[in-house]
Amino acid sequence: MVSLNGNVFFSDNVEDFPTFIKSAYKFLKTDYSKFFKMDNLSKLAFLAADALLKKENLNEKENNIALIFSNKASSLDTDRKHQASIENDAEYFPSPAVFVYTLPNICLGEISIKHRLYSENSFFIFDRFNAEHLQLYANSLLRNGKAEKVLCGWVDFDENSYDAFLYLVEKEGKIEHKTEEITRLYNIL
Amino acid sequence: MTKTFVSYNNIISSLGFDSETVVDNISKGISGLEKKEDVSLLPEPFCASIISSEKIKEEFNKIADASKYTKLEQMLILSLGKVIEASNIPLNEKVGLIISTTKGNIDALEKENNFPKNRAYVSELGKTIQNFFGFKNEAIVLSNACVSGILAISAAKRFICEGKYDHIFITSGDLVTKFILSGFSSFQALSAEPCKPYDKNRIGINLGEVVASVLVTSSEENLPKEAVEILGDATCNDANHISGPSRTGEGLFRSVKSALKEANITAAEIDYISAHGTATPFNDEMEAIAFNRLEMDNVPLNSLKGYFGHTLGASGLLETIVGMHSMKKNTLFISKGFDELGVSQKINIIKTNTPKTLNTFLKTASGFGGCNTAVIFKKTNN
Repeated sequence: MVSLNGNVFFSDNVEDFPTFIKSAYKFLKTDYSKFFKMDNLSKLAFLAADALLKKENLNEKENNIALIFSNKASSLDTDRKHQASIENDAEYFPSPAVFVYTLPNICLGEISIKHRLYSENSFFIFDRFNAEHLQLYANSLLRNGKAEKVLCGWVDFDENSYDAFLYLVEKEGKIEHKTEEITRLYNIL
Repeated sequence: MTKTFVSYNNIISSLGFDSETVVDNISKGISGLEKKEDVSLLPEPFCASIISSEKIKEEFNKIADASKYTKLEQMLILSLGKVIEASNIPLNEKVGLIISTTKGNIDALEKENNFPKNRAYVSELGKTIQNFFGFKNEAIVLSNACVSGILAISAAKRFICEGKYDHIFITSGDLVTKFILSGFSSFQALSAEPCKPYDKNRIGINLGEVVASVLVTSSEENLPKEAVEILGDATCNDANHISGPSRTGEGLFRSVKSALKEANITAAEIDYISAHGTATPFNDEMEAIAFNRLEMDNVPLNSLKGYFGHTLGASGLLETIVGMHSMKKNTLFISKGFDELGVSQKINIIKTNTPKTLNTFLKTASGFGGCNTAVIFKKTNN
């Protein structure tokens, strides 16, 4: 399911990720051909960001929105695919189109390209969702004028489980930017 | 604004197991790169800087049982242990830990690897290092492609300035594995000969393995002679391509601009640039364009990839440490592998070891995903 600001706006009962993400992509009317070349983690992160940033009336040329993402499984879903392609000498076929996605921050690049974000990027790996460090890092970027807004969150894809939780931080808004609130919102999911 | 410093430091590489030895070897022009033929790593010959597992194990067995730790874990623990010991800082609630790596224990995915598959999670790597030393705070793992090592310094500064920590230890490392070699080879990015950053005849990168560790601190007391202050830092995306650098050097240009602005200095005040210089045709060209746009074409510049190869998640931290020692010695080191300029714009590549009073240097890196990071450091004169 996909929800925005607490309202579920898309749900699908399918279990498998490829079917789910394709339906969500169609539902969101995200017309972007590069989407189909992305790996699972990037598709998940890209679509979650797109759902959120669509509402922001972004500038076509450039936007200063920093990206601070995190997860537990890094890019292991794609790492396993690359490893499978080199495991046996008889079937050795590493592919650059797969290998490039063996880094978790590639999804930040995909989002930056789509939304023209020439901004701060950082990908952290934690054992579980770590609101405190996302909050500290976002505060630092806003305080020092490195970013006008910060898109933060958790985007994890591992074997058959996946989840994405993103939130936008800016200088003014209704929900106070503090660890307790971020954790509360994360736990509603 | 809280001041932050890069303090005690260590490098474990094929050029030595401490920063001083490694820097001494660089000053003698010695490279850790060697041509290899090892089909268990890559079907064709390649050139890399690889540390002997036996040597690491021998060192590690002096402090703990090496059989319980992967090669990368042994290296990270050995290196970080030396920095913690030298700094003499008790690991209390105000002390943080950042681990910078792109692939961590990725070799745990290999069929013949004896460690459990879950060792491939970098969060597990974080826990292993955290528990070995008894850090009170959860390890923060930073994995942001080839800017990870230098971005870790920037992140440490930011977390300290937010008041969460007084000191942060950073350790960084990646191994030369079949995983990495096969991937870069599939991009046709590898050179079988020692790499030649910025040179007319450059054909690609060499991979290398290194572990580098530092202390980042807000305390001005008990700093070593090579310590530097972090004046400004920034990371900017190219918003252009996930595996190719921007033709205009946009992200790198913006990162340096933003770091200079924060440092409140001009491009002319930078004495030396420790650049990324991977020796791929596109990367080096992109950097030359960016540095020209920044009017830094006369600032002495080197790439250290000719000594270590590209050490991925460790490279930015490794090269910062060498830069610190370069400033301490007031010496610019040769950009190894360079003979004749092979980029379209003029840049001032260091061709001989040159004595020069150095007060400020810029470290830059760029990586997959379109990321670029720049950090400016100033001598502390301890």
